[in-house]
Amino acid sequence: MLDTATAVRELTFGDAIKEAIAEEMRRDPKVVLMGEDVAEAGTTFKVLTGLVDEFGKDRIIDTPISEAGFTGIGVGAAMTGMRPIVDIMFGDFLMIIMDQVANQAAKIHYMSGGRWKVPLVIRATMGATRRSAAQHSQSLHAWPSHIPGLKVVVPSTPYDAKGLFKAAVRDDNPVVIFEHKISYKKVKGPVPDEDYVIPLGVADVKREGSDITIIALSSMVQTALRAATMLEEVGISAEVVDPRTTWPLDEKTLVESVKKTSRCIVMDEGYFRYGVTGEIASMIQEQAFYDLDGPVRRMGAMHVPIPFSPSLEDATVPSDRQVFDLARTMCNR
Amino acid sequence: MATNTARAQDPALQIGTEKLLRLYRQMVAIRLFEERVNDLYTRAVMPGLAHLYIGEEAIAVGVCEALRKDDYITSTHRGHGHCLAKGASPDLMFAELLGKEQGYCKGKGGSMHIADPETGNLGANAIVGGSAGIATGAAYASKYLKLGRVAVCFFGEGALGQGLLYEEMNLAQLWKLPVIFACENNGYNEYTHFSESTAGDVNARAAAFGIAVETVDGQNVRDVFSVASKYIERARKGDGPAFLQFKTYRYHGHHVGDVARAYYRPKAEEQEWVTQRDPITLHGEWLMKNGIADRAALDAIQESLVTEMDAAVEFAVNAPFPDADKVDQDIYA
Repeated sequence: MLDTATAVRELTFGDAIKEAIAEEMRRDPKVVLMGEDVAEAGTTFKVLTGLVDEFGKDRIIDTPISEAGFTGIGVGAAMTGMRPIVDIMFGDFLMIIMDQVANQAAKIHYMSGGRWKVPLVIRATMGATRRSAAQHSQSLHAWPSHIPGLKVVVPSTPYDAKGLFKAAVRDDNPVVIFEHKISYKKVKGPVPDEDYVIPLGVADVKREGSDITIIALSSMVQTALRAATMLEEVGISAEVVDPRTTWPLDEKTLVESVKKTSRCIVMDEGYFRYGVTGEIASMIQEQAFYDLDGPVRRMGAMHVPIPFSPSLEDATVPSDRQVFDLARTMCNR
Repeated sequence: MATNTARAQDPALQIGTEKLLRLYRQMVAIRLFEERVNDLYTRAVMPGLAHLYIGEEAIAVGVCEALRKDDYITSTHRGHGHCLAKGASPDLMFAELLGKEQGYCKGKGGSMHIADPETGNLGANAIVGGSAGIATGAAYASKYLKLGRVAVCFFGEGALGQGLLYEEMNLAQLWKLPVIFACENNGYNEYTHFSESTAGDVNARAAAFGIAVETVDGQNVRDVFSVASKYIERARKGDGPAFLQFKTYRYHGHHVGDVARAYYRPKAEEQEWVTQRDPITLHGEWLMKNGIADRAALDAIQESLVTEMDAAVEFAVNAPFPDADKVDQDIYA
């Protein structure tokens, strides 16, 4: 957890990411960012507003609407001396670039016997409830997590977003970062203005507790923290643990928490089936089976294409009330 | 007389004796290499798949002889010729093809993934058209870092069916990147004549982006070298990409096992290319006709290469397989 005593200011999630990119671009001239409407427009979410003024259009590069095309350029440039960041406006467009990500970037280091490296960052968004319907709302971080050779980052707070993004830029491997788009403006938090890096593969206990562990990623961390506050009112002490990266996965921290509390919910905004929650729950049950009071329970996005209508869409994402109810049942209180 | 003067001054003579002989030598090297691949594969010494380059040698050699050592290439599933022409060592090539520890990729890539940073080989690629982004990205990095390097993307005419190629051509021309799109049109997308898969005029597709285009006799190594040199230097100067369509033919099947192929390709057609349009025979005759080499000199080149290739095979056959515990090394840098 961040020591808030040393942090002097609050930033939004989006501004923390912008600061990370700006600092890395100042530090290393080989870092460039390319994507659709990233320069003067500052992305469709306005997260990068102003960067082009400092770094120019040679480093904040507007591309045609050719996600696979410019991701491929990112792969080749990463192999030959650059540290590119490619900007994929909506995580749903990951499917368009998947050959470049899964067959090329992820495998080049291994296929070449370790002789080529691909220090590429792919930033994409995730998260529903923006009324953007089935092709602009998905949380697809399980897809790259499935592929050996990739690292996958799912930050939940401004502090984590800045530190993890900087680690991703400095990593010699392809790293996919999923930014929760609802958090860009909504989530604020303390962010030191000095240079710091959060290593990939280190989980963070966002709230300590003793009765139940809620493992939550990205958008679901805030939901879990709200649920934990509600649970406290009924006398249940919930621990919220954020893996921060789906791969590498900090199994030790997750397992230690569950061994302490003996109960576990894993929640994530990705689709419920064949996803991140299944992987983590399975790992917990293999490593902490005899410390558990009952089965690890999972919560995720409903297995439906994300609908448009608010009344339908809101039903697809786990809510703090649902976590609260499930945790109470598990704790028999 | 004017005609005699013209004949005496065959412009190809300007290539120079040393280079003209080297073009011959490199083609013979690839031919001998591939004949040994065929042998190793049919004797079940070589695992996996083998896509032979025999018949197309003039393209890899003509293009790569026009490149600097630090220029880049990307190659294809039919890539042994490109790798050798760019400077790969036959013993390490054979070792990789046999899955041996000393291979270029420690046995992790195999025939379709030879890569070698030392010779600018960004890697052969088993996704048809999959390296178009990597080559264009290397060209982008060369331009951004002011390295003066050119990238050549080799691909077969089958890749003309892949959308990525057109995204990359658009970006390459838009950003005036030093990349050469080298289309080896051997007439067949696997087991299908390209006229059944390819609408319209192939060169017009690239020309529509404003890219310089030219069709080249891919069986004439001097033409390949001269045209490639022209467009490589043009790209190096900053004048942008080129699309070169090399008309050629593969003598063997799509892969070594593709033996009964009369259903898609007439024997008479194969025989015509093998007997009338063989790039090595044609260039050898031209060298003799122009007094650059006699039969004995050409035979001597062949004999020394036979010795080298046989030694390379012996090295590879005797080389150890990697220990199984190396399987999870080189996934991450």
